[in-house]
Amino acid sequence: MQWETVIGLEIHTQLATHSKIFSGSSTAFGAEPNTQANLVDLGMPGVLPVLNRKAVEYAVRFGRAIDAHVAERSVFARKNYFYPDLPKGYQISQFELPIVGKGCVEIVLEDGEVKTVGVTRAHLEEDAGKSLHEDFHGMTGIDLNRAGTPLLEIVSEPDMRSAREAIAYARKIHQIVTYLGICDGNMQEGSFRCDANVSVRPKGQAEFGTRAELKNINSFRFLERAINYEVERQIELIEDGGKVVQETRLYDANRDETRSMRSKEEANDYRYFPDPDLLPVVIDQAFMDAVSADMPELPDARRTRFQEAFGLSAYDANGLTATRATADYFEAVSAATGDAKLAANWVMGELAAALNKEGLEIERSPVDAAALAGLLLRIRDNTISGKIAKQVFEAMWSGQGSADELIEAKGLKQITDSGAIEALVDEVLAANPEQVENYRNADPAKRPKMIGFFVGQVMKKSQGKANPQQVNELLRGKLD
Amino acid sequence: MHEKTIAELSAGLAAGDYSSVELTSHFLERIEQLDARLNSFITLTPELALEQARAADQRIAAGDAGALTGIPMAHKDIFCTLGVRTSCGSRMLENFISPYDATVVSKLAEAGMVMLGKTNMDEFAMGSSNETSHFGPVRNPWDVERVPGGSSGGSAAAVAARLVPAVTGTDTGGSIRQPAALTGITGLKPTYGRCSRYGMIAFASSLDQAGPMTRTAEDAALILGAMAGFDPRDSTSAERPVDDYAAALDQPVSGLRVGVVREFMHGDLDAGIAASVEAAIAELQRQGAEVVEVSLPNAHLSVPAYYVVAPAECSSNLSRFDGVRFGHRCEDPKDLEDLYKRSRSEGFSSEVKRRIMIGTYALSAGYYDAYYLKAQQIRQLIAEDFRRAFADCDVIVAPTTPGTAFPLGEKGDDPVSMYLQDIFTIAVNLAGLPAISIPAPAVNGLPVGFQIIGDQFQEGRLLNVAHRIQIETDWHQQVPEGF
Repeated sequence: MQWETVIGLEIHTQLATHSKIFSGSSTAFGAEPNTQANLVDLGMPGVLPVLNRKAVEYAVRFGRAIDAHVAERSVFARKNYFYPDLPKGYQISQFELPIVGKGCVEIVLEDGEVKTVGVTRAHLEEDAGKSLHEDFHGMTGIDLNRAGTPLLEIVSEPDMRSAREAIAYARKIHQIVTYLGICDGNMQEGSFRCDANVSVRPKGQAEFGTRAELKNINSFRFLERAINYEVERQIELIEDGGKVVQETRLYDANRDETRSMRSKEEANDYRYFPDPDLLPVVIDQAFMDAVSADMPELPDARRTRFQEAFGLSAYDANGLTATRATADYFEAVSAATGDAKLAANWVMGELAAALNKEGLEIERSPVDAAALAGLLLRIRDNTISGKIAKQVFEAMWSGQGSADELIEAKGLKQITDSGAIEALVDEVLAANPEQVENYRNADPAKRPKMIGFFVGQVMKKSQGKANPQQVNELLRGKLD
Repeated sequence: MHEKTIAELSAGLAAGDYSSVELTSHFLERIEQLDARLNSFITLTPELALEQARAADQRIAAGDAGALTGIPMAHKDIFCTLGVRTSCGSRMLENFISPYDATVVSKLAEAGMVMLGKTNMDEFAMGSSNETSHFGPVRNPWDVERVPGGSSGGSAAAVAARLVPAVTGTDTGGSIRQPAALTGITGLKPTYGRCSRYGMIAFASSLDQAGPMTRTAEDAALILGAMAGFDPRDSTSAERPVDDYAAALDQPVSGLRVGVVREFMHGDLDAGIAASVEAAIAELQRQGAEVVEVSLPNAHLSVPAYYVVAPAECSSNLSRFDGVRFGHRCEDPKDLEDLYKRSRSEGFSSEVKRRIMIGTYALSAGYYDAYYLKAQQIRQLIAEDFRRAFADCDVIVAPTTPGTAFPLGEKGDDPVSMYLQDIFTIAVNLAGLPAISIPAPAVNGLPVGFQIIGDQFQEGRLLNVAHRIQIETDWHQQVPEGF
């Protein structure tokens, strides 16, 4: 039997607002437990939520970015269930009337084909706190710092047919929200979390199979693995005569498997109803206009601009716009050096290789855009050669100083004084009479190749600092 | 001193006839002497009160006093008060010391009022007799074998017995007006959104509203003026300026169109109550008001609609009382489930549980449309009824309650008969309108309430009409014997 996989994703993006969605507490990550939870976050008797306008702006920004319908009127609803890290006994979310309606994004598949994935909706909600099970001797600790952090939950249509497609979609959404500046995209800290609804069906069948919801996935790699594991599990189960049950399954990265968490039978009835403490969110034209005026450039537009304005190849433009941070980095280097191609080569080449080697994101690069530009300027003005620049870059990477400091300290400045170079050339010619003889007797057609030996010797003598072009010219003048 | 109204006391303070400390001590002594008979207070805060009184005296001496500076008052125990127990009449919060002040509490404190303590109430404001309080029932000063009404029963009894000049109350379905009626005082439920709900422990968020309970409309105008106003902490509070209620009190009522609700004044209404309400209407006519008949055809649906909406909201609002962060926690919980079940079973008493059950059911999958959604539609119809009626009149008048104060224990086993106590008050909450209950002529020695309902934000008009009745009659000046 041929099977087809059907995947839909629910992506929770933490919005990058300074304060929480319904209170003034800070949303900064990593503070001491419960130091960023005020009366509202603690769900004290009598407190009330007040909506953070910025969170609404961010949601609308996302809606515009995916060409979705932004609701003129959306409503917050209470999702009722008991859990110790849910202080009020309900989560404020949106149910029947979400702020962002149907939209879509385009993903590029490996074979270059472009596929459109539908976004069903995106709604605003508050995050819960965290239950801490370690270090409490059989008890559970509660940290409410995260409680009330704004989330935009982005729900896709079940449009994806493989783990690869799911990853491409998730990466696309990640790219969009980080470009929009509405989410920092940090998966380790939980700012961007994917749940996957996965089912299989015989190829050609119209109805969907029964789905399992996979949770606890905190990297794109794990998303792929979790889906692949789950697809195999479901196919095996069905082929062995079993039935898939609708349930929530947790992905265990250590064992690379999914495990049942709760089945639909024990699922909560959340008793959603409109939250009477909050007014409906009304988005008028003025609000929409303000958000539109504030829209950052999106990845597709930026890629096109890089090609057109800087004359970059499609490959380079794609690579340089993969993340907003990379694109920003590149543009900063390009602007400071006035040489987009040189900047592109270095960002895609030396820098990317170094980052990759250490598994670093560009935001944490030890060489920032200004520093790299400082190095490239010295190539531009012939202070150093490209080859020496690589040496300097390595030293900069390990924190030894700026390009200028290193060039000065290590005496790497290119020798352009023709008198000095001539002296070196003379030394080399004097030391290698045989080679000089051979050169002069050789067929002129072979000479350009043979001159390389002398260039190498001179460069070696100058410790790489002699201007290679000048060396070439002088040698030719003396030998030919 | 306890016979005086706030307006009179304020004049006395300004004239230096007595200090706020003396006034405060006087009322504290009365509470000490008399409240054992009523049980109207859950918590007394004499030290805090005297401290506030001293500060008020300094303000008065410095010429920095307003009309309310130095006047003693109390808060219904549903309002969070910083550093003071805020029990909401429940075992669940028996030991809850609030870490903050409700907005209404801080506003009245800023006006210089002196808080004597926290008044008794039905548990989580659920009740119409003040018998569901964990701290015992409150008794009616007019007859201590009878209930004072609820849920703001402690507030009403304390004002009626002259233990304190003013108390705050909250009204979700009649909880200010019904006890005001049953104890012969003045109680105002403002427009939804006029007073901040921040710090007022929520029962039914879309209906709850704070208001003053006093002896006279004039006093209510002073207190409301200080309580009301937009609060950035409450998204449902109204962003509009507060009227000068005191300034509008004396306006004549000649030409005022008074709407009498056809559906409320029919043959089934208790004859004594009907006669009493007629007397109040007659007084308005005597002063030149014009009576018109209006209809609220959907008002009979208000009690059933209310008993879906209010329990639904309360079932969710009361979820935070889970034994995890504050409030009652059971001994030695076996696991999380046990912690929830026993903490809540022990912390809430039966009426609260009943409403949580009803509300949970009404919101359940498959029942939501039939109950909650339907009830919300009825709300719209009722609001529409009022809009139509106000096209023909300026205020609507009605009885506040179907009868006078009933004996303690009489309706304890019959929740539906208890719920019908609010048959004339609930429609107002469902429509979010303001209404006031003032004393009408007593029946068999027991107070009767006359209800005046206004269109949105017409509190000034209601206080004006009530005041015009009160300056021409002595129905509000009756004092229960022994107090």
